[in-house]
Amino acid sequence: MRCAKHLFPMAAAAMMVLAYPSESAAQTPPNVLIVGQIAEPQSLDPHAVTAVNDFRILMNVYDGLVRYADGTLEVEPALAESWEVSEDGLTYRFELRDGVTFHDGAPLNAEAVKFNFDRMLDEEHPYHDTGPFPLSFFFSAIENVEAVDELTVEFTLSEPYAPFLSNLAYPTGLIVSPAAVEQHGEDFGRNPSGTGAYRFEEWASNQRVVVTRNEDYWGGAPELEAVVFRPITDANTRVAEMLSGGLDLMVEVPPDAMNDFRQADDFQVYEQAGPHLWFLILNMREGPFTEKAARQAVNYAIDKQTLVEDVLQGTADVASGPIAPAFAWAYNEELEPYPYDPERARQLLEEAGYEGDTVTFYVTEGGSGMLDPVAMGTAIQADLAEVGMNVEIETYEWNTFLDRVNPGLEGKADMAEMAWMTNDPDTLPFLTLRTEAFPESGGFNSGYYSNEEVDELLNQARASTDPEERAELYRQMQEIVYEDAPWAFIANWKQGAVTTAAVQNFGLQPSFFLMLHDVTKQ
Amino acid sequence: MAAYILKRLLALVPVLLGLTLIVFLIMAAIPGDPATAILGSYATPENVERLNQQLGLNRPLPEQYLLWLGNLLEGDFGRSYSLNRPVLDEVLERFSATLILAGSALILASIFGLLAGIVSAVRQFGWTDRIVTFFVLIGLSTPSFFLGLLLILVFAVNLGLLPASGMYAIYGGGDLPDLLRHLLLPAVTLAVVATGVIARLTRTAMLEVLRQDYIRTARAKGLSERRVVYLHAAKAALVAVVPVIGIQAGFVLGGAVYIETVFQWPGIGAMLVKAISTRDILLVQGGVLVVAASYVLFNLAADVAQSSLDPRLRR
Repeated sequence: MRCAKHLFPMAAAAMMVLAYPSESAAQTPPNVLIVGQIAEPQSLDPHAVTAVNDFRILMNVYDGLVRYADGTLEVEPALAESWEVSEDGLTYRFELRDGVTFHDGAPLNAEAVKFNFDRMLDEEHPYHDTGPFPLSFFFSAIENVEAVDELTVEFTLSEPYAPFLSNLAYPTGLIVSPAAVEQHGEDFGRNPSGTGAYRFEEWASNQRVVVTRNEDYWGGAPELEAVVFRPITDANTRVAEMLSGGLDLMVEVPPDAMNDFRQADDFQVYEQAGPHLWFLILNMREGPFTEKAARQAVNYAIDKQTLVEDVLQGTADVASGPIAPAFAWAYNEELEPYPYDPERARQLLEEAGYEGDTVTFYVTEGGSGMLDPVAMGTAIQADLAEVGMNVEIETYEWNTFLDRVNPGLEGKADMAEMAWMTNDPDTLPFLTLRTEAFPESGGFNSGYYSNEEVDELLNQARASTDPEERAELYRQMQEIVYEDAPWAFIANWKQGAVTTAAVQNFGLQPSFFLMLHDVTKQ
Repeated sequence: MAAYILKRLLALVPVLLGLTLIVFLIMAAIPGDPATAILGSYATPENVERLNQQLGLNRPLPEQYLLWLGNLLEGDFGRSYSLNRPVLDEVLERFSATLILAGSALILASIFGLLAGIVSAVRQFGWTDRIVTFFVLIGLSTPSFFLGLLLILVFAVNLGLLPASGMYAIYGGGDLPDLLRHLLLPAVTLAVVATGVIARLTRTAMLEVLRQDYIRTARAKGLSERRVVYLHAAKAALVAVVPVIGIQAGFVLGGAVYIETVFQWPGIGAMLVKAISTRDILLVQGGVLVVAASYVLFNLAADVAQSSLDPRLRR
C-alpha cells in the first residue's frame, strides 16, 4: 500500500515531464504545410499507382505533357507548350517546353517522353519490369511514340481515341525521369524524380512523405518551403489531429465533422463536386426492371434530396444523369434530376405490371467512392417499400461485391450499388452502357443495357477530334440514357477539405487532385 | 532447461509452416484477388489477367506456395505489391513499432495489475478493495478504441498536452523523449484491459496464499506485515500470475490492432488489416509469420519464468 502511495505521484510527475515540451503537438512549423492524408502511399511512381490518395502527392512532384486548367477538367499545356492533332485523329505531335530539367538534373526532352510510354507499354522495354503498371490501358491506343527532334515528340494511335489528351493529364500520364528509373529500378517508386513544383525529399514509412520547394520550377518556385504528407487512416483521428493543431490541411473530412469545422473561426472549409457518380445498376435482362416504366419508377421513388442532405450530410449533390456536372463542357444542362414523386412511381409500377415480387439489392459495406453505402442502401430500401416494392438487401465486403457485380447481375440480383470516378466523360458510359461492354465481352455493363443509338453516339464521340462535336454527342447520349433509365441516378460526391485559417490561396479541383503550387501559409 | 527450450523452439517450425499454409489457403479462398483490389473500378477481366501476369499470380496455387516457401528458406520474404517494397523491411519496421507499444503496455499492465491485485487482496472487502475492484471492472469493460478516442480528446485536443497520433513528431523530434510522449496515450489505452485481468487474478491468488499456514507462521515469527505480504505471499502468488501475463502478452499483441488504428501507430496490426483488404498475400504471410512466432515465444518465456519462480516445476 505504501509503495502504491509513492507510485502515483511518480507517475503524475513522469506524465508532466513528458507533456512539457508541447510545442510540436500544438503547432506546425512556419512555411511548411502539413497535409493529413487517408493512407500511406503505395508508391511515388505515377505509372504504378491507382489511388487518388497517391495522386495527391504525385501531382505536386511531377508534370504531364498537359494538365487540367485550374478549376476545370479541360486540358491546357504543361510540359508540352503546344500540340497538333492530325485530321484523322491518329497522330498527336507535341512541342516540348525548352529548358526544363528533372529534379535529378537530367533534361526533359523527346527521348525522355518516349522512354516513359515505352516503359509502360512495351513488354520488351528493359525497364518494363519496374512495374506493374495497372492503368497503362489508358494508353493502349498508342501504337508508337517517336522522338522527332530534341523537343518534338509524336504519338501514333491505332484508332482515333478522343480521351487521349485527357488521359495524358491524368497521373498515369505524368513524366518521370528516365535517369532515375535506370538508377533505382524497381525502387524508383521510393526514389522519385520528376519536373514538378516540389522535389522529393524523404519518405519515412508509415510516418511521412516530405517534398521541398523546387527552386528551378519552370512555372515559378512555390512559396512554401516544404509540404509534409502524413498518412492518418482513421477519420476520427484525422479530425482530432486537425483540431489539436497537428495538421494544416486535411482531405476527406467525415460529413459530421465538416459541419463542426464550418462553424469554427480558425478553420476554412472547402467543397468541390467531382467527376463522380453514385448510381444503382438495374438488371434489364430479367425480373421487374426489364420494363422501362419500372426503372423510371425507381428513379421517381427515391428521395435523393433527403439522401444527400441527411444520410450524406450535404457532402454530395443530387445526380441527374450518367455524366457528372463536373465535366462542364460535356454535361447536358437541360436534364433535371428525376423529381421525388412516389405517386408517379406507384402509377409506373402498375403500368409495368409489377406485382410485389422480391427485388434483390446488392449493397457493399464500403469501397472506393461508395460514400456511405449501407446507410444509403437502407434508405433506398425504405423509399422503395413506400411505393410498394419489396426489396431484400444482400451486403458484401467490397472485393467480394465487385466479384459478384462485375460479371453481371443475371441470376443473382435485380439491383446493385455502384460508384465511379473518372477523368473523361467517355470512360464511364463507354465501359458500362454499350452493348459491346456486356460482362461476357469483358466490359462493366452489369445490368445489360443495350440501345443502338447510344452505342453509335459513344463510338462517334470517341472518334471525334472536335471537342464541340464530342460535347454535342455526349449531350444527346445523356438525354436517351436519362429516358431509358438503365440506372437510378443518385448522387455526385463533393470532396471536402479543411485548412487552418493560416493557409491561403488553396482551392480544391474537380479532378480531386491536390494542387499546392500556389498555396501559402501565413 | 536448455534442452527443454530447444525442444520447444523446434516444435515452432511445424506450427509456423502449418500456419502459413492455412493463411495461404484462406487468402486464396476469399473472393477478390490483388489485381481486382489494385484496379478497383477498372478491373475488366482483360486488365486483371494482364496485371496478374505482371504480378506472377497466374501460376497454379501449389506452385505459388512452394515458390514462396523456397524463397523464404533463402531469407527472401518477397516484395509487397501494395507497398512496392520488400516484405521483410516493412514487417520488421512495423513489428518493432508494435513491440515498443505492446511491450510498454504489458509492463504498465504488470506493474499496475500486480499492485492493484495485492492491495485489494490485503484490504479484502475494505474500501480500498471496493474502489480498486470498481475501477478494474470499468477498465475490463471499456472498449479500448473508445477509451483511446476519449484520451485523445482530453489530452491532445482539449489540454494540448500530448500528441494525438503518430510515433514521432513530424518535424524535428525523433529522439527518446519524443517517442515517449507519443507512446504514453496508446500504451495506457492498450494496458487497461490487461491491467484489469492481471489485477483480478493477482487478487484471487493472493487471497489464497494469505490463508496458508506458512503465512501465519511468518506473522507469528514477528515479521513486519510488509515483508509478509510483498516477500512471502506475493512471490508465491506470482507463480500463478506469470503464465497469465504470458497469455496477456498475446492479447495485447492482438488488441494492438485497434489501438494502432486509433493512434495511427505504425505497427504490424494496422499493416495486416490493410494487407488483407488489398489481398497483399506476401505481406500477410510475412506479418502472420512474425506475429505467430512472437506469440509462441512469449508463452515460452512465460513458462520459463514460471519454472524459475517455482522450484517444483523444475525437473
